[in-house]
Amino acid sequence: MTGSVHGALMSHALAAASSTPQPLHATGIQNAAWLLLALPGLGAAVLLLGGKRTNSWGHLLGVAMPVLAFAYAVAAYVQMLGYPAGQRVRELTVFQWIDVGRFQIPLGLRIDQLSICFVLLITGVGSLIHIFAVGYMANDPERRRFFGYMNLFLVAMLLLVLGSNYLALYAGWEGVGLASYLLIGFWQYKPTAATAAKKAFIANRVGDAGLSVAIMLMFAQFGSVTFTGVFGAIGSASHGVATALGLLLLLGACGKSAQVPLQSWLLDAMEGPTPVSALIHAATMVTAGVYLIVRSAPIFNLTADARLAVAIVGAVTLLVGAIIGCAKDDIKKALAGSTMSQIGYMMLAAGLGPAGYVFAIAHLLAHGFFKAGLFLGAGAVKHEMNDEVDMRRFGGLWRIMPITWVTFGLGYLAIIGVPPLSGFFTKDPIIEAAFDKGGVSGALLGTAALIGAGITAFYMTRVMYMTFADGRRWDDGVHPHEAPPVMTSPMVVLAIGSVGAGAFLIVGNRLLNFLGPITGVPPVSHGLWTRYSTATFILVVIGGIIAWALYGRREVPVTAPVGSPVTVAARKDLYGDAINEGLLMRPGQWLTRLSVFFDNRGLDGLVNTVAATFGGGSGRLRRWESGFVRSYALSMLVGAVLLVGAFLLVRL
Amino acid sequence: MVTPAHFIALSVILFVIGAVGVLVRRNAIVVFMSVELMLNAANLAFVAFSRMHGGLDGQVIAFFVMVVAAAEVVVGLAILTAIFRSRRSASVDDANLMKY
Repeated sequence: MTGSVHGALMSHALAAASSTPQPLHATGIQNAAWLLLALPGLGAAVLLLGGKRTNSWGHLLGVAMPVLAFAYAVAAYVQMLGYPAGQRVRELTVFQWIDVGRFQIPLGLRIDQLSICFVLLITGVGSLIHIFAVGYMANDPERRRFFGYMNLFLVAMLLLVLGSNYLALYAGWEGVGLASYLLIGFWQYKPTAATAAKKAFIANRVGDAGLSVAIMLMFAQFGSVTFTGVFGAIGSASHGVATALGLLLLLGACGKSAQVPLQSWLLDAMEGPTPVSALIHAATMVTAGVYLIVRSAPIFNLTADARLAVAIVGAVTLLVGAIIGCAKDDIKKALAGSTMSQIGYMMLAAGLGPAGYVFAIAHLLAHGFFKAGLFLGAGAVKHEMNDEVDMRRFGGLWRIMPITWVTFGLGYLAIIGVPPLSGFFTKDPIIEAAFDKGGVSGALLGTAALIGAGITAFYMTRVMYMTFADGRRWDDGVHPHEAPPVMTSPMVVLAIGSVGAGAFLIVGNRLLNFLGPITGVPPVSHGLWTRYSTATFILVVIGGIIAWALYGRREVPVTAPVGSPVTVAARKDLYGDAINEGLLMRPGQWLTRLSVFFDNRGLDGLVNTVAATFGGGSGRLRRWESGFVRSYALSMLVGAVLLVGAFLLVRL
Repeated sequence: MVTPAHFIALSVILFVIGAVGVLVRRNAIVVFMSVELMLNAANLAFVAFSRMHGGLDGQVIAFFVMVVAAAEVVVGLAILTAIFRSRRSASVDDANLMKY
């Protein structure tokens, strides 16, 4: 793939990007896009309101709804493919949502190239994970409630990506936060799960505040919060407003996507059931931040400063997540660190502007497959190991769980970027695009992404060896065997996606051609194999060899060794919690104590003193009212004498 | 020669006697009589000034005061009788329930 094809593509897409495509009215099948929200909404309502009566068949309904939604999404996608590239942005209004004077907000849905990518990912991977959960949650007495929450999550997530204005997006944004909270704390009798749920909710609130302020700023500046209105008016906004909007949106994205500095909640979120980790905390919800940035591309295109901030956040997070992933012995937490890291790649790509938007989405879609597959594999292992998650107590599982091993292994090869699997096609362009940015920042960002690829290879190889390689370390009471077909079949499908998604999206510029009118196209074309690919591949091999030397060649000790200071720091999430506690929580407590002190002594003191003065004074004054007629007569006499005396004095 | 100053002096003396009586006596009947004394001291002053100025206003007011005093005594004695019936006491210091 070189210049000529790409050049033609570029000019075409640039022409399209220069005049943002105006949305047309949805017709035909797409006109029923509300079904995407209604189907899982119905599922959630029936399962959550139906009570125990629905216990016997609730999970079937819970699976059927996302599958139906996926079928509808495919139909809408096919219809979209029938339109020429310039007419693929379609909108429909479900109902007038807010109608207050000049503040008119319809609950509108926008079906365009970007949202349909997400809808297909959410409903497709969501359906697979729902099917997996039927087996995974089979013995849980609360399985019906679980499926109710999962369907609720799908409603909110689909609203998030389908909304045609920022307020609808925000409603979905808060909805997924709620679903995430409910599902992290699903086993709320465990104090750790309850705490983790609260932590996720609070960390997300910080980001949500950024997003809500951004929406208010949009309304104040442009008088509109619809995508069409904001993107139409953003061209006339000042650079400062655009940058402020960009940074506020970035804050929102950091919260939802667990990016530094709001990353601390994701690792604890692994307290939730594993299908939740796969769907919400790997494949879909945590990528909402990337969606937000790419969706707001017209804003970010105007402000290099905000873009650079996005890229820096991404680069820092991809390293932080990778380093944390290296030290965790809990298989789910190792994967959670990896999720942070991979989303860091996406943010980095999104921060590169039109050069990276497409690759951010490509990596996001491919990541949806392989990370969901990895989490389901981890879930299957955990399920068979009596809920053990410590990889130091695994080992030798490849003989016992061959399907899990193969599917997990394919996801592993995909994530570290071994050609020709997904990660290679979607991660290498991000590294290249970072270097292509040029200048010091480009070199630094590219180097971070390159090193991250090597660390990724290290920690994922470590996970593979500790879990599947020979040398069983589990207790005698554990009898693992292969998971049932209802769990393995989604893993197989996701493994196929892990293998093929990257090539499907990138080879022949398929995703680029598709998304180009929305996101613009990179100014520089990339070959499939560049010098950066060579460098990445060498680092990946080195990372894998180091992991083999440490965990493959040698016995893995059942109790963790003390480790170097870096290991200790990484085990403690690079002191993320300690920093939050020291910088935010403790000063916050001091502030509240100070406020309480001032309130008690200052404000209350003033008010109480005044009240006490009047109370005491009137208590003494009322003693005059003695009930003795003669004392009243005396006071009248004295008063009269005084009056007369005064008159006489004035007269004189 | 009796001048208005004499009338005024007598009026002041009567008023002071009445006022002291109101302040120092406890028996409600005596207090009443002292009040009457003060009223009549005022009446005396009115009448004396009326005569001095040659107008009738002061005399008219003196009549009004007598009427009011008569009505007041009627009501006052009725209350006093009622209190005495229930408490067996005519001391104004004993009727001190209405206080702070």
